[in-house]
Amino acid sequence: MLTTGANNSSDAAQGVMLNDHQFLLELREKMLRFTILQLSDRVLAEDVVQEALVGALKNAGSFSAKAALKTWVFAILKNKIADALRQRQRLIAVEQPTDDEADEGEFSDLFNGFGVWRGPAHPIAWGSPEKSMEDAHFWRTFEACMEHLPAQLAKIFMMREFIELTTPEICAELALSETSVHVSLYRARVRLRECLENNWFERGKSCAKLS
Amino acid sequence: MLNCRKATRLLSDRLDRPLTLKENVHLKIHLLWCSGCRNFGGHMHRMRNISRGFVDFGADDTTPDGGE
Repeated sequence: MLTTGANNSSDAAQGVMLNDHQFLLELREKMLRFTILQLSDRVLAEDVVQEALVGALKNAGSFSAKAALKTWVFAILKNKIADALRQRQRLIAVEQPTDDEADEGEFSDLFNGFGVWRGPAHPIAWGSPEKSMEDAHFWRTFEACMEHLPAQLAKIFMMREFIELTTPEICAELALSETSVHVSLYRARVRLRECLENNWFERGKSCAKLS
Repeated sequence: MLNCRKATRLLSDRLDRPLTLKENVHLKIHLLWCSGCRNFGGHMHRMRNISRGFVDFGADDTTPDGGE
């Protein structure tokens, strides 16, 4: 089957990565998953990934380590996703979320009438997250939790945390007020946190796995 | 006086904007006696690291199980 490049000289290593079909296929697959999560549109995602990959691999020769190449490729991909979001934003009207004060009753499943944690919702200490991050099962849980978020919240969360845009940048992109973006990020984080806690950092166990 | 609902909002906001002195003081006092919100605050930072790690780990070598 396909051979993985052994530790040849660094000159030889350059060619090895591009000829390593397995590596490229896996890389493409990872990029696609990352992009689909954010664009929720497979066809568009494939275009964006293709474009990023072609752009990135032109310079692949300057990377002798796969990890460095991957970081580079994802940096380019993030820019391409930001472009795609920017273009699409004009087509999709973004709902202006209602402000905080308007819904005191929000998260009534988590907080009681006094705004205090309800017993079962009380956040617990999480086990070692660093260990979790090396576990593929954890990432599947994470992706499932992301997919459970309302689309608009997920989008804003990903712009902030994956693409690493600042709040003012997101405001400009989506024509939302700064408060709206803060409210949306808050809602997304509360729900994502709850989902991760319930499905991964289970009570009393630090590495429970869903299967 | 800050309740947990408002404290969690500040714990989220502080990842995106600097809190005012007043907000900071109220939050610190609340956290002194609220372990739930202390945990929540830690989780906010961990979630940021997790999100940033998604590219490096989550999108990294997944297990050989699954379809292909």
